[in-house]
Amino acid sequence: MNQIELRNASFQYPNGFLANDDLNLIVKRGERVAIVGQNGAGKTTAVKMMNGLHKPCKGDVLVEGRNTKDYTTAQIARQVGYVFQNPDDQIFNQTVYAEIAYMPKYYKMAEKEVDKRVKEVAELLEIETYLKMNPFEIPYVTRKFVTIAAILATKPQYIILDEPTAGQDLTGIKVLTRVLEELEKIEIGVVTITHDMEFAANNFERVVAMANKKIIKDGNVRDIFSDDDILRQSKIKRPGIGQIADSIGLGKDILNAREFVKRYKEVTAP
Amino acid sequence: MAYIELNEVTYTYPLMKEPALQNISCSLELGKFYGVIGENAGGKTTFCNLLRGLIPHFYNGKLLGDMTINGEDIRKIDVDILSTKMGYIFQNPFTQISGVRKTVFEEIALGLENLGVPKAQMIEKVIEVAKLLKIEELLLNDPNRLSGGQRQRVAFASIIAMDSDIFVIDEPTSQLDPEGTERIFEIIHMLKEQGKTIILVEHKVDLIAEYADEVLVFQKGRLLKKGDARTVLSDLELLEHGTMLPQAVILERELRLNGIVLPKVPVTTEECIDLLRKGDVGYESN
Repeated sequence: MNQIELRNASFQYPNGFLANDDLNLIVKRGERVAIVGQNGAGKTTAVKMMNGLHKPCKGDVLVEGRNTKDYTTAQIARQVGYVFQNPDDQIFNQTVYAEIAYMPKYYKMAEKEVDKRVKEVAELLEIETYLKMNPFEIPYVTRKFVTIAAILATKPQYIILDEPTAGQDLTGIKVLTRVLEELEKIEIGVVTITHDMEFAANNFERVVAMANKKIIKDGNVRDIFSDDDILRQSKIKRPGIGQIADSIGLGKDILNAREFVKRYKEVTAP
Repeated sequence: MAYIELNEVTYTYPLMKEPALQNISCSLELGKFYGVIGENAGGKTTFCNLLRGLIPHFYNGKLLGDMTINGEDIRKIDVDILSTKMGYIFQNPFTQISGVRKTVFEEIALGLENLGVPKAQMIEKVIEVAKLLKIEELLLNDPNRLSGGQRQRVAFASIIAMDSDIFVIDEPTSQLDPEGTERIFEIIHMLKEQGKTIILVEHKVDLIAEYADEVLVFQKGRLLKKGDARTVLSDLELLEHGTMLPQAVILERELRLNGIVLPKVPVTTEECIDLLRKGDVGYESN
Protein backbone atom coordinates (compact mmCIF):
# COMPACT_ATOMS: atom_id res chain seq x y z
CA MET A 1 0.00 0.00 0.00
CA ASN A 2 2.99 2.31 -0.37
CA GLN A 3 1.21 4.59 -2.78
CA ILE A 4 -1.17 7.49 -3.33
CA GLU A 5 -4.17 6.49 -5.36
CA LEU A 6 -6.77 8.68 -7.04
CA ARG A 7 -9.72 6.39 -7.75
CA ASN A 8 -12.33 7.92 -10.08
CA ALA A 9 -11.73 11.14 -8.18
CA SER A 10 -13.61 14.31 -9.17
CA PHE A 11 -13.52 17.70 -7.52
CA GLN A 12 -15.94 20.58 -7.73
CA TYR A 13 -15.28 23.97 -6.14
CA PRO A 14 -18.03 25.39 -3.88
CA ASN A 15 -19.03 27.81 -6.67
CA GLY A 16 -19.96 24.80 -8.81
CA PHE A 17 -16.85 24.81 -11.00
CA LEU A 18 -15.81 21.25 -11.80
CA ALA A 19 -11.97 21.24 -11.85
CA ASN A 20 -11.19 17.51 -11.94
CA ASP A 21 -13.31 14.92 -13.67
CA ASP A 22 -12.83 11.23 -12.89
CA LEU A 23 -9.08 11.02 -12.31
CA ASN A 24 -7.32 7.69 -11.91
CA LEU A 25 -3.68 7.80 -10.91
CA ILE A 26 -1.26 5.86 -8.73
CA VAL A 27 2.02 7.29 -7.45
CA LYS A 28 4.29 4.94 -5.55
CA ARG A 29 6.83 5.86 -2.88
CA GLY A 30 10.21 6.63 -4.43
CA GLU A 31 8.61 7.36 -7.80
CA ARG A 32 8.82 10.66 -9.71
CA VAL A 33 5.91 11.93 -11.74
CA ALA A 34 5.62 15.19 -13.70
CA ILE A 35 2.15 16.59 -14.38
CA VAL A 36 1.93 18.79 -17.47
CA GLY A 37 -0.86 20.61 -19.26
CA GLN A 38 -2.18 24.07 -19.99
CA ASN A 39 -3.21 26.62 -17.35
CA GLY A 40 -6.61 25.70 -16.01
CA ALA A 41 -6.35 21.99 -16.95
CA GLY A 42 -6.81 21.00 -13.30
CA LYS A 43 -3.21 20.20 -12.30
CA THR A 44 -3.12 22.15 -9.03
CA THR A 45 -6.55 20.86 -7.99
CA ALA A 46 -5.43 17.28 -8.63
CA VAL A 47 -2.34 17.58 -6.41
CA LYS A 48 -4.37 19.30 -3.71
CA MET A 49 -6.55 16.18 -3.64
CA MET A 50 -3.41 14.09 -3.09
CA ASN A 51 -2.55 15.84 0.16
CA GLY A 52 -6.10 16.19 1.47
CA LEU A 53 -6.40 19.97 0.95
CA HIS A 54 -9.30 19.07 -1.31
CA LYS A 55 -11.51 16.06 -0.64
CA PRO A 56 -13.01 14.50 -3.78
CA CYS A 57 -16.73 15.09 -4.32
CA LYS A 58 -16.91 11.80 -6.21
CA GLY A 59 -14.57 8.83 -6.02
CA ASP A 60 -11.77 8.39 -3.47
CA VAL A 61 -8.21 9.38 -2.73
CA LEU A 62 -6.19 6.83 -0.78
CA VAL A 63 -2.87 7.78 0.80
CA GLU A 64 -1.05 4.62 1.89
CA GLY A 65 -4.46 3.00 2.17
CA ARG A 66 -6.04 5.81 4.22
CA ASN A 67 -9.05 7.39 2.57
CA THR A 68 -8.51 11.18 2.75
CA LYS A 69 -12.22 11.62 3.52
CA ASP A 70 -11.72 9.91 6.89
CA TYR A 71 -8.77 12.07 7.98
CA THR A 72 -8.11 15.75 8.51
CA THR A 73 -5.93 17.65 6.05
CA ALA A 74 -3.33 18.05 8.81
CA GLN A 75 -3.12 14.27 9.23
CA ILE A 76 -2.69 13.63 5.51
CA ALA A 77 -0.34 16.58 5.06
CA ARG A 78 2.12 14.92 7.41
CA GLN A 79 2.46 12.12 4.85
CA VAL A 80 2.14 14.23 1.73
CA GLY A 81 3.97 17.56 1.86
CA TYR A 82 2.80 20.27 -0.49
CA VAL A 83 5.08 23.08 -1.62
CA PHE A 84 2.91 25.97 -2.77
CA GLN A 85 3.27 27.58 -6.17
CA ASN A 86 3.73 30.95 -4.47
CA PRO A 87 6.25 30.73 -1.60
CA ASP A 88 4.71 33.80 0.04
CA ASP A 89 1.51 31.80 0.68
CA GLN A 90 3.53 29.46 2.84
CA ILE A 91 6.19 31.49 4.70
CA PHE A 92 5.29 33.22 7.95
CA ASN A 93 8.30 32.96 10.30
CA GLN A 94 10.88 35.66 11.09
CA THR A 95 13.96 33.75 9.98
CA VAL A 96 14.68 31.08 7.41
CA TYR A 97 15.80 28.81 10.27
CA ALA A 98 12.55 29.28 12.19
CA GLU A 99 10.53 28.69 9.04
CA ILE A 100 12.21 25.33 8.39
CA ALA A 101 12.17 24.34 12.08
CA TYR A 102 8.50 25.22 12.56
CA MET A 103 6.81 21.97 11.54
CA PRO A 104 9.37 19.58 13.10
CA LYS A 105 8.90 21.55 16.36
CA TYR A 106 5.14 21.41 15.94
CA TYR A 107 5.47 17.62 15.67
CA LYS A 108 7.30 17.82 19.02
CA MET A 109 10.64 16.54 17.84
CA ALA A 110 13.59 16.91 20.19
CA GLU A 111 15.47 20.18 19.73
CA LYS A 112 18.68 18.44 18.68
CA GLU A 113 16.85 16.45 16.04
CA VAL A 114 15.13 19.63 14.78
CA ASP A 115 18.48 21.39 14.48
CA LYS A 116 20.01 18.44 12.63
CA ARG A 117 17.13 18.32 10.17
CA VAL A 118 17.16 22.06 9.48
CA LYS A 119 20.87 21.90 8.69
CA GLU A 120 20.49 18.80 6.51
CA VAL A 121 17.75 20.21 4.33
CA ALA A 122 19.37 23.65 4.16
CA GLU A 123 22.53 22.01 2.86
CA LEU A 124 20.57 19.97 0.34
CA LEU A 125 18.94 23.12 -1.05
CA GLU A 126 22.10 25.22 -0.76
CA ILE A 127 20.50 27.84 1.46
CA GLU A 128 22.74 27.47 4.55
CA THR A 129 23.98 31.05 4.25
CA TYR A 130 20.43 32.39 4.53
CA LEU A 131 19.43 30.59 7.76
CA LYS A 132 19.66 33.67 10.00
CA MET A 133 17.98 36.02 7.55
CA ASN A 134 14.38 37.09 7.29
CA PRO A 135 12.79 35.07 4.47
CA PHE A 136 11.49 38.27 2.91
CA GLU A 137 15.00 39.70 2.59
CA ILE A 138 16.10 36.95 0.25
CA PRO A 139 15.21 36.68 -3.44
CA TYR A 140 11.79 35.35 -4.40
CA VAL A 141 13.18 32.26 -6.12
CA THR A 142 15.37 31.41 -3.12
CA ARG A 143 12.27 31.66 -0.91
CA LYS A 144 10.87 28.83 -3.01
CA PHE A 145 13.83 26.70 -1.88
CA VAL A 146 13.10 27.67 1.73
CA THR A 147 9.57 26.32 1.35
CA ILE A 148 10.86 23.07 -0.16
CA ALA A 149 13.32 22.73 2.74
CA ALA A 150 10.55 23.42 5.27
CA ILE A 151 8.45 20.59 3.84
CA LEU A 152 11.37 18.15 3.59
CA ALA A 153 12.26 18.82 7.23
CA THR A 154 8.99 17.12 8.22
CA LYS A 155 10.18 13.91 6.47
CA PRO A 156 7.05 13.29 4.43
CA GLN A 157 6.52 10.07 2.44
CA TYR A 158 5.60 12.12 -0.62
CA ILE A 159 6.26 15.69 -1.69
CA ILE A 160 4.34 17.78 -4.19
CA LEU A 161 6.17 20.56 -5.98
CA ASP A 162 4.04 23.13 -7.79
CA GLU A 163 6.09 24.80 -10.54
CA PRO A 164 9.50 24.46 -8.85
CA THR A 165 11.51 25.79 -11.82
CA ALA A 166 9.50 29.01 -12.29
CA GLY A 167 12.03 31.83 -12.31
CA GLN A 168 14.99 29.57 -11.51
CA ASP A 169 18.31 30.06 -13.26
CA LEU A 170 20.63 27.29 -14.45
CA THR A 171 22.15 26.92 -10.98
CA GLY A 172 18.71 26.68 -9.35
CA ILE A 173 17.64 24.01 -11.82
CA LYS A 174 20.81 22.03 -11.07
CA VAL A 175 19.97 22.18 -7.34
CA LEU A 176 16.45 20.91 -8.06
CA THR A 177 17.80 18.08 -10.20
CA ARG A 178 20.06 17.00 -7.34
CA VAL A 179 17.19 17.28 -4.82
CA LEU A 180 15.10 14.94 -7.00
CA GLU A 181 17.94 12.40 -7.07
CA GLU A 182 18.36 12.54 -3.29
CA LEU A 183 14.63 12.11 -2.73
CA GLU A 184 14.57 9.08 -4.96
CA LYS A 185 17.39 7.52 -2.91
CA ILE A 186 15.44 7.91 0.32
CA GLU A 187 12.25 6.62 -1.31
CA ILE A 188 10.21 9.80 -1.16
CA GLY A 189 7.58 9.96 -3.89
CA VAL A 190 7.64 13.21 -5.90
CA VAL A 191 4.83 14.76 -7.90
CA THR A 192 5.80 17.89 -9.82
CA ILE A 193 3.62 20.26 -11.75
CA THR A 194 5.67 21.93 -14.44
CA HIS A 195 5.45 24.03 -17.57
CA ASP A 196 9.17 23.56 -18.15
CA MET A 197 9.40 20.87 -20.81
CA GLU A 198 13.21 20.66 -20.75
CA PHE A 199 13.03 20.06 -16.98
CA ALA A 200 10.36 17.37 -17.45
CA ALA A 201 12.30 15.68 -20.26
CA ASN A 202 15.58 15.66 -18.35
CA ASN A 203 14.33 14.60 -14.93
CA PHE A 204 11.18 12.50 -15.25
CA GLU A 205 10.56 9.14 -16.83
CA ARG A 206 6.87 9.24 -16.13
CA VAL A 207 4.70 12.13 -17.28
CA VAL A 208 0.97 12.67 -16.78
CA ALA A 209 -0.66 14.95 -19.35
CA MET A 210 -3.85 16.74 -18.33
CA ALA A 211 -6.35 18.64 -20.45
CA ASN A 212 -9.74 20.05 -19.67
CA LYS A 213 -10.13 18.56 -16.13
CA LYS A 214 -9.03 15.05 -17.16
CA ILE A 215 -5.90 12.94 -17.40
CA ILE A 216 -5.47 12.31 -21.10
CA LYS A 217 -2.28 10.26 -20.93
CA ASP A 218 -0.10 8.73 -18.23
CA GLY A 219 3.07 7.21 -19.57
CA ASN A 220 6.72 7.30 -20.47
CA VAL A 221 8.10 10.78 -21.11
CA ARG A 222 9.29 9.83 -24.59
CA ASP A 223 5.91 8.41 -25.58
CA ILE A 224 4.16 11.57 -24.40
CA PHE A 225 6.47 13.95 -26.22
CA SER A 226 6.30 11.78 -29.38
CA ASP A 227 2.53 11.96 -29.52
CA ASP A 228 1.41 15.01 -31.53
CA ASP A 229 -2.19 14.43 -30.58
CA ILE A 230 -1.46 14.50 -26.84
CA LEU A 231 0.73 17.61 -27.23
CA ARG A 232 -2.04 19.36 -29.12
CA GLN A 233 -4.76 18.45 -26.63
CA SER A 234 -2.77 19.35 -23.53
CA LYS A 235 -1.25 22.39 -25.29
CA ILE A 236 2.29 21.52 -24.36
CA LYS A 237 5.32 21.45 -26.60
CA ARG A 238 8.28 19.19 -27.13
CA PRO A 239 11.53 20.35 -25.55
CA GLY A 240 13.21 22.88 -27.90
CA ILE A 241 15.75 20.42 -29.29
CA GLY A 242 12.95 17.88 -29.86
CA GLN A 243 11.13 20.53 -31.91
CA ILE A 244 14.22 21.05 -34.06
CA ALA A 245 14.62 17.27 -34.54
CA ASP A 246 10.97 16.89 -35.54
CA SER A 247 11.13 19.83 -37.97
CA ILE A 248 14.06 18.37 -39.91
CA GLY A 249 12.62 14.85 -39.97
CA LEU A 250 14.90 13.20 -37.40
CA GLY A 251 11.91 11.84 -35.50
CA LYS A 252 9.52 12.96 -32.80
CA ASP A 253 11.17 11.14 -29.91
CA ILE A 254 14.34 13.21 -29.37
CA LEU A 255 14.53 14.75 -25.89
CA ASN A 256 17.96 16.40 -25.69
CA ALA A 257 21.11 17.49 -27.54
CA ARG A 258 22.96 14.22 -26.98
CA GLU A 259 20.15 12.15 -28.49
CA PHE A 260 19.89 14.63 -31.34
CA VAL A 261 23.57 14.26 -32.28
CA LYS A 262 23.42 10.46 -32.09
CA ARG A 263 20.40 10.30 -34.40
CA TYR A 264 21.83 12.92 -36.74
CA LYS A 265 25.00 10.86 -37.16
CA GLU A 266 23.01 7.68 -37.81
CA VAL A 267 20.86 9.37 -40.43
CA THR A 268 23.63 11.22 -42.24
CA ALA A 269 26.27 8.46 -42.07
CA PRO A 270 27.47 7.44 -45.51
CA MET B 1 19.35 58.90 -28.32
CA ALA B 2 19.71 57.62 -24.78
CA TYR B 3 16.54 58.05 -22.72
CA ILE B 4 17.72 56.36 -19.55
CA GLU B 5 21.34 56.81 -18.52
CA LEU B 6 23.22 55.22 -15.65
CA ASN B 7 26.71 56.28 -14.73
CA GLU B 8 28.62 54.27 -12.11
CA VAL B 9 25.45 53.46 -10.19
CA THR B 10 25.86 51.46 -6.99
CA TYR B 11 22.91 50.68 -4.74
CA THR B 12 22.68 48.98 -1.35
CA TYR B 13 19.34 48.03 0.23
CA PRO B 14 18.70 49.22 3.82
CA LEU B 15 20.40 47.05 6.46
CA MET B 16 22.39 45.14 3.84
CA LYS B 17 26.19 45.12 3.76
CA GLU B 18 26.73 44.15 0.15
CA PRO B 19 25.44 46.33 -2.67
CA ALA B 20 22.72 44.77 -4.83
CA LEU B 21 24.03 46.68 -7.85
CA GLN B 22 27.61 47.72 -8.37
CA ASN B 23 29.11 50.26 -10.79
CA ILE B 24 26.41 49.99 -13.40
CA SER B 25 26.94 52.21 -16.42
CA CYS B 26 24.69 51.87 -19.43
CA SER B 27 22.18 53.71 -21.54
CA LEU B 28 18.80 52.62 -22.85
CA GLU B 29 17.08 54.07 -25.91
CA LEU B 30 13.42 54.61 -26.64
CA GLY B 31 11.67 52.11 -28.88
CA LYS B 32 13.99 49.19 -28.23
CA PHE B 33 13.28 45.81 -26.70
CA TYR B 34 15.81 44.95 -23.99
CA GLY B 35 16.03 41.45 -22.54
CA VAL B 36 17.46 41.30 -19.02
CA ILE B 37 18.89 37.92 -18.02
CA GLY B 38 21.34 36.44 -15.54
CA GLU B 39 21.59 34.30 -12.46
CA ASN B 40 19.15 34.57 -9.55
CA ALA B 41 19.95 37.39 -7.13
CA GLY B 42 22.22 38.88 -9.80
CA GLY B 43 20.55 42.29 -9.62
CA LYS B 44 17.87 42.06 -12.32
CA THR B 45 14.90 43.00 -10.15
CA THR B 46 16.88 45.74 -8.38
CA PHE B 47 17.71 47.18 -11.81
CA CYS B 48 13.96 47.23 -12.57
CA ASN B 49 13.23 48.94 -9.23
CA LEU B 50 15.73 51.61 -10.15
CA LEU B 51 14.28 52.24 -13.61
CA ARG B 52 10.84 52.56 -12.14
CA GLY B 53 12.02 55.04 -9.46
CA LEU B 54 11.09 52.68 -6.61
CA ILE B 55 14.76 53.13 -5.79
CA PRO B 56 15.42 55.65 -4.25
CA HIS B 57 11.83 56.88 -3.69
CA PHE B 58 10.29 53.81 -2.03
CA TYR B 59 13.32 51.82 -0.90
CA ASN B 60 15.73 53.97 1.07
CA GLY B 61 19.19 52.44 1.17
CA LYS B 62 22.31 53.98 -0.31
CA LEU B 63 22.43 55.14 -3.91
CA LEU B 64 25.71 56.26 -5.44
CA GLY B 65 26.45 57.47 -8.97
CA ASP B 66 24.26 59.30 -11.44
CA MET B 67 21.12 58.28 -13.18
CA THR B 68 18.80 60.26 -15.43
CA ILE B 69 15.52 59.49 -17.14
CA ASN B 70 14.85 61.81 -20.07
CA GLY B 71 17.53 64.10 -18.66
CA GLU B 72 15.95 64.30 -15.20
CA ASP B 73 17.91 63.26 -12.13
CA ILE B 74 16.32 60.11 -10.66
CA ARG B 75 16.66 61.55 -7.16
CA LYS B 76 14.55 64.61 -8.05
CA ILE B 77 12.09 62.98 -10.40
CA ASP B 78 8.35 63.08 -9.60
CA VAL B 79 7.49 59.38 -9.21
CA ASP B 80 3.79 59.98 -9.79
CA ILE B 81 4.52 61.39 -13.22
CA LEU B 82 7.11 58.67 -13.82
CA SER B 83 4.52 56.00 -13.03
CA THR B 84 2.31 57.20 -15.88
CA LYS B 85 5.20 57.01 -18.34
CA MET B 86 6.56 53.73 -17.12
CA GLY B 87 4.40 50.69 -16.51
CA TYR B 88 5.86 48.13 -14.12
CA ILE B 89 4.75 44.52 -14.06
CA PHE B 90 5.98 42.78 -10.93
CA GLN B 91 7.72 39.42 -10.81
CA ASN B 92 5.19 37.96 -8.44
CA PRO B 93 1.67 38.35 -9.82
CA PHE B 94 0.32 37.70 -6.35
CA THR B 95 1.83 41.06 -5.28
CA GLN B 96 0.43 43.00 -8.17
CA ILE B 97 -3.25 42.27 -7.61
CA SER B 98 -4.50 45.12 -5.44
CA GLY B 99 -6.71 42.96 -3.21
CA VAL B 100 -9.19 45.82 -2.84
CA ARG B 101 -11.30 45.15 -5.92
CA LYS B 102 -14.08 42.60 -6.18
CA THR B 103 -13.86 41.83 -9.88
CA VAL B 104 -11.15 41.45 -12.49
CA PHE B 105 -12.88 44.24 -14.44
CA GLU B 106 -12.46 46.69 -11.55
CA GLU B 107 -8.92 45.49 -10.96
CA ILE B 108 -7.90 46.31 -14.53
CA ALA B 109 -9.73 49.65 -14.31
CA LEU B 110 -8.06 50.65 -11.03
CA GLY B 111 -5.07 52.44 -12.55
CA LEU B 112 -7.21 54.26 -15.13
CA GLU B 113 -9.61 55.34 -12.40
CA ASN B 114 -6.72 56.84 -10.45
CA LEU B 115 -5.72 58.82 -13.52
CA GLY B 116 -9.28 60.18 -13.81
CA VAL B 117 -10.02 58.61 -17.19
CA PRO B 118 -13.71 59.14 -18.16
CA LYS B 119 -15.95 56.13 -17.47
CA ALA B 120 -16.95 55.29 -21.06
CA GLN B 121 -13.34 55.40 -22.19
CA MET B 122 -12.29 53.32 -19.20
CA ILE B 123 -14.82 50.57 -19.95
CA GLU B 124 -13.75 50.50 -23.57
CA LYS B 125 -10.09 50.17 -22.60
CA VAL B 126 -10.69 47.37 -20.08
CA ILE B 127 -12.63 45.34 -22.65
CA GLU B 128 -9.94 45.96 -25.25
CA VAL B 129 -7.07 44.66 -23.10
CA ALA B 130 -9.16 41.77 -21.76
CA LYS B 131 -9.70 40.63 -25.35
CA LEU B 132 -6.03 41.04 -26.11
CA LEU B 133 -5.06 38.84 -23.17
CA LYS B 134 -7.95 36.42 -23.68
CA ILE B 135 -9.36 36.94 -20.21
CA GLU B 136 -12.82 38.27 -21.17
CA GLU B 137 -14.47 35.31 -19.44
CA LEU B 138 -12.71 36.24 -16.19
CA LEU B 139 -13.90 39.86 -16.05
CA LEU B 140 -16.56 39.23 -13.44
CA ASN B 141 -14.46 36.86 -11.33
CA ASP B 142 -12.87 37.69 -7.98
CA PRO B 143 -9.21 38.61 -8.65
CA ASN B 144 -8.18 36.90 -5.42
CA ARG B 145 -9.60 33.58 -6.52
CA LEU B 146 -7.68 33.12 -9.75
CA SER B 147 -5.05 30.54 -10.63
CA GLY B 148 -1.39 31.65 -10.81
CA GLY B 149 -1.50 31.84 -14.59
CA GLN B 150 -4.76 33.79 -14.64
CA ARG B 151 -3.45 36.29 -12.08
CA GLN B 152 -0.37 36.82 -14.18
CA ARG B 153 -2.51 37.70 -17.20
CA VAL B 154 -4.74 40.03 -15.13
CA ALA B 155 -1.68 41.80 -13.70
CA PHE B 156 -0.37 42.20 -17.24
CA ALA B 157 -3.72 43.54 -18.47
CA SER B 158 -3.93 46.16 -15.74
CA ILE B 159 -0.56 47.60 -16.76
CA ILE B 160 -1.19 47.44 -20.52
CA ALA B 161 -4.43 49.38 -19.92
CA MET B 162 -2.35 52.31 -18.62
CA ASP B 163 -0.85 52.79 -22.10
CA SER B 164 2.61 53.79 -20.84
CA ASP B 165 5.55 54.60 -23.15
CA ILE B 166 7.92 52.26 -21.39
CA PHE B 167 7.16 48.84 -19.94
CA VAL B 168 9.38 47.33 -17.28
CA ILE B 169 8.31 43.71 -17.02
CA ASP B 170 9.75 41.32 -14.46
CA GLU B 171 9.22 37.66 -15.41
CA PRO B 172 5.69 37.87 -16.76
CA THR B 173 5.45 34.24 -17.80
CA SER B 174 6.82 32.28 -14.83
CA GLN B 175 3.40 30.77 -14.08
CA LEU B 176 2.24 30.33 -17.66
CA ASP B 177 2.03 27.32 -19.96
CA PRO B 178 3.92 27.44 -23.29
CA GLU B 179 0.91 28.76 -25.20
CA GLY B 180 0.19 31.48 -22.64
CA THR B 181 3.88 32.40 -22.64
CA GLU B 182 3.97 32.83 -26.41
CA ARG B 183 0.83 34.92 -26.29
CA ILE B 184 2.51 37.29 -23.78
CA PHE B 185 5.59 37.54 -26.01
CA GLU B 186 3.39 38.30 -29.02
CA ILE B 187 1.71 41.09 -27.06
CA ILE B 188 5.07 42.47 -25.92
CA HIS B 189 6.23 42.35 -29.53
CA MET B 190 3.06 44.19 -30.57
CA LEU B 191 3.76 46.89 -27.95
CA LYS B 192 7.25 47.26 -29.39
CA GLU B 193 5.83 47.60 -32.91
CA GLN B 194 3.69 50.44 -31.57
CA GLY B 195 6.92 52.20 -30.63
CA LYS B 196 6.93 51.31 -26.94
CA THR B 197 10.15 50.60 -25.08
CA ILE B 198 10.37 47.20 -23.43
CA ILE B 199 12.64 46.16 -20.59
CA LEU B 200 11.92 42.52 -19.89
CA VAL B 201 13.44 40.26 -17.24
CA GLU B 202 12.99 36.69 -18.37
CA HIS B 203 14.68 33.31 -17.94
CA LYS B 204 13.15 31.92 -21.12
CA VAL B 205 16.13 32.81 -23.29
CA ASP B 206 14.74 31.10 -26.38
CA LEU B 207 12.02 33.72 -26.55
CA ILE B 208 14.44 36.55 -25.71
CA ALA B 209 16.56 35.36 -28.65
CA GLU B 210 13.53 35.57 -30.90
CA TYR B 211 12.24 39.00 -29.91
CA ALA B 212 14.79 41.19 -28.10
CA ASP B 213 17.04 43.77 -29.79
CA GLU B 214 19.58 43.92 -27.01
CA VAL B 215 20.40 41.78 -23.99
CA LEU B 216 21.79 42.80 -20.60
CA VAL B 217 23.32 40.10 -18.41
CA PHE B 218 23.55 40.69 -14.67
CA GLN B 219 25.78 38.69 -12.38
CA LYS B 220 26.47 39.25 -8.70
CA GLY B 221 25.22 42.82 -8.91
CA ARG B 222 27.31 43.74 -11.92
CA LEU B 223 26.43 44.23 -15.55
CA LEU B 224 28.42 41.36 -17.03
CA LYS B 225 27.46 42.00 -20.66
CA LYS B 226 25.34 44.27 -22.78
CA GLY B 227 25.03 44.02 -26.52
CA ASP B 228 22.95 42.85 -29.45
CA ALA B 229 20.93 39.74 -28.68
CA ARG B 230 22.78 37.45 -31.11
CA THR B 231 26.27 38.23 -29.80
CA VAL B 232 25.34 37.98 -26.13
CA LEU B 233 23.18 34.86 -26.37
CA SER B 234 25.75 32.85 -28.34
CA ASP B 235 28.42 33.47 -25.70
CA LEU B 236 29.03 30.06 -24.11
CA GLU B 237 30.81 31.71 -21.19
CA LEU B 238 27.39 32.65 -19.78
CA LEU B 239 26.69 29.00 -18.95
CA GLU B 240 29.46 29.21 -16.36
CA HIS B 241 27.66 32.12 -14.74
CA GLY B 242 24.42 30.24 -14.11
CA THR B 243 22.67 31.69 -17.16
CA MET B 244 20.87 29.42 -19.58
CA LEU B 245 21.45 29.85 -23.31
CA PRO B 246 18.96 29.18 -26.12
CA GLN B 247 18.39 25.53 -27.02
CA ALA B 248 19.73 26.21 -30.54
CA VAL B 249 23.05 27.37 -29.06
CA ILE B 250 23.23 24.32 -26.78
CA LEU B 251 22.57 22.04 -29.75
CA GLU B 252 25.18 23.78 -31.93
CA ARG B 253 27.77 23.26 -29.20
CA GLU B 254 26.94 19.55 -28.89
CA LEU B 255 27.10 19.12 -32.69
CA ARG B 256 30.43 20.91 -32.86
CA LEU B 257 31.89 18.81 -30.04
CA ASN B 258 30.98 15.81 -32.19
CA GLY B 259 32.65 17.17 -35.31
CA ILE B 260 29.49 18.52 -36.97
CA VAL B 261 29.92 22.20 -37.79
CA LEU B 262 27.18 24.64 -38.75
CA PRO B 263 28.17 27.70 -40.85
CA LYS B 264 27.21 29.99 -37.94
CA VAL B 265 25.85 29.73 -34.42
CA PRO B 266 22.03 29.82 -34.59
CA VAL B 267 20.36 31.61 -31.66
CA THR B 268 16.72 30.84 -32.42
CA THR B 269 15.04 27.49 -33.02
CA GLU B 270 13.83 28.67 -36.44
CA GLU B 271 17.32 29.67 -37.51
CA CYS B 272 18.71 26.32 -36.37
CA ILE B 273 16.06 24.43 -38.34
CA ASP B 274 16.85 26.55 -41.42
CA LEU B 275 20.57 25.83 -41.27
CA LEU B 276 20.07 22.10 -40.77
CA ARG B 277 17.45 21.90 -43.54
CA LYS B 278 19.76 23.58 -46.02
CA GLY B 279 22.26 20.88 -45.17
CA ASP B 280 25.01 23.49 -45.10
CA VAL B 281 26.93 21.43 -42.58
CA GLY B 282 30.66 20.76 -42.36
CA TYR B 283 32.40 17.80 -40.75
CA GLU B 284 35.60 17.81 -38.76
CA SER B 285 37.32 14.69 -37.56
CA ASN B 286 37.77 14.62 -33.80
